[in-house]
Amino acid sequence: MAFIDRTARALLLTELVSGMALTFRYMFKQKVTLNYPHEKGPISSRFRGEHALRRYPNGEERCIACKLCEAVCPAMAITIEAEPRADGSRRTTRYDIDMTKCIYCGLCQEACPVDAIVEGPNFEYSTETREELYYNKEKLLANGDRWEARLAANLAAEAPYR
Amino acid sequence: MASFWTFVWPLIVIVAGIVVIIIPVLIGVAYLTYAERKVMSAMQRRQGPALVGPLGLLQPVADGLKLFGKEMVIPSGANPGVFLFAPFLTFVLSLVAWAVMPFGAHLVLSNINVGILYLYAISSLGVYGTIMAGWASNSRYSFLGGLRSAAQMVSYEVSMGLIMVTVLLCTGSFNLSEIVLHQQTVWFAVPLFPMFVIFFISILAETNRAPFDLPEGEAELVGGFFTEYSCMNFALFMLGEYSNMILMSAIAVVLFLGGWLPPLNFEPFAPLVNLVPGPIWFALKIAFVLFFFIWMRATFPRYRYDQLMRLGWKIFLPFTLLWVVVTASALEIFGWLPKVVP
Repeated sequence: MAFIDRTARALLLTELVSGMALTFRYMFKQKVTLNYPHEKGPISSRFRGEHALRRYPNGEERCIACKLCEAVCPAMAITIEAEPRADGSRRTTRYDIDMTKCIYCGLCQEACPVDAIVEGPNFEYSTETREELYYNKEKLLANGDRWEARLAANLAAEAPYR
Repeated sequence: MASFWTFVWPLIVIVAGIVVIIIPVLIGVAYLTYAERKVMSAMQRRQGPALVGPLGLLQPVADGLKLFGKEMVIPSGANPGVFLFAPFLTFVLSLVAWAVMPFGAHLVLSNINVGILYLYAISSLGVYGTIMAGWASNSRYSFLGGLRSAAQMVSYEVSMGLIMVTVLLCTGSFNLSEIVLHQQTVWFAVPLFPMFVIFFISILAETNRAPFDLPEGEAELVGGFFTEYSCMNFALFMLGEYSNMILMSAIAVVLFLGGWLPPLNFEPFAPLVNLVPGPIWFALKIAFVLFFFIWMRATFPRYRYDQLMRLGWKIFLPFTLLWVVVTASALEIFGWLPKVVP
């Protein structure tokens, strides 16, 4: 009997037909891919993308040059130089992040006591040259100004868990 | 002067006929590549080409322009003459076979009496393009691809020939138009269903399509016999492969699916289906068979080489031989043999 059963199945191509039925059903299922440049997937508020230096609402930069981020950075991508400003407050004169070294671990934003350095939701900042990825303070502050609304919303959403 | 026109006028008519046949075939080839990508992506739950033109409909044009813009590379170790001739041969052979294809009642460029033999001969010649490409490239991958292709095409042609013989037994004619007209009551796909299935699988192997695409076998042979080709030569191979697919589907339609005859050609539906002209039904049936080609490719993994040979020689060949005998006996016993016109 087993022989007849096996032969009948082989001759009637049952397995091939069931396989084809499966692919045919899949043809009408919803697509799982996105039309990327035109459609984008949702991003978590914890997403660790491009870095930014934030400011206070009055325009004063948050960073107090404590260098905790520089110390914690496992890739040693952050370089900070600081000296007291004319009004006596301590501020950075240089804040560079080498984005080619950065591993996007997020330890800098964890270490920061004033929420100055953060990793934002932007992940589309590819460049044509390596030099453009050596970010300086101006670039990071510009990023902060550009993404402030999203950054503040993300920080507020994550505040209960920190 | 009349004698001049008696020679030139038929020439003009034939050239016009060739153009009228070849242009739809080439457009069909272009959109077959698009349809393949769309259907495969749908079956894999992807989107497929969607950026060039509305729904990506201009994608084949973009692909063609890209290929034309590429550099033509002739490997230094290659035999340039044969290397350049091989894609040309593949392409031309896939087009010349259309000469005998009946697109409708009396709509055939050359209504020869041995049409099916002509088709069989042309499709057998196709192996030369492949093996010439494989040999002339002077590359191991190409050569292995060419050898595999030659062995595979020759093996499956044997059972294809026997399947054609069963159809010929039922029609008593080599003429493709008459074969179609013999299917007015019932398409041969119904009484000869097992033959139809085997014929379909054989044409998959004959056109080197998945799951029998070993000659290309990109996993182990890079690109198979056209590894070394680029630019126009590559485009000609691709055009040849896809127009071969269309051609083989057309042969399957003529032999088994009633050619240009409409489906449901009986009383309540007959006036309705006959509103659509024959060539349209023919094209629709070809598209239906081609959908199966793509569907197969999306479903099945590639055969191993020994499995391929085993299937061809140890399963298809005995089975088709047996079925030829069964068909012949049935026709003889029940007196269904077609009447031979003297």
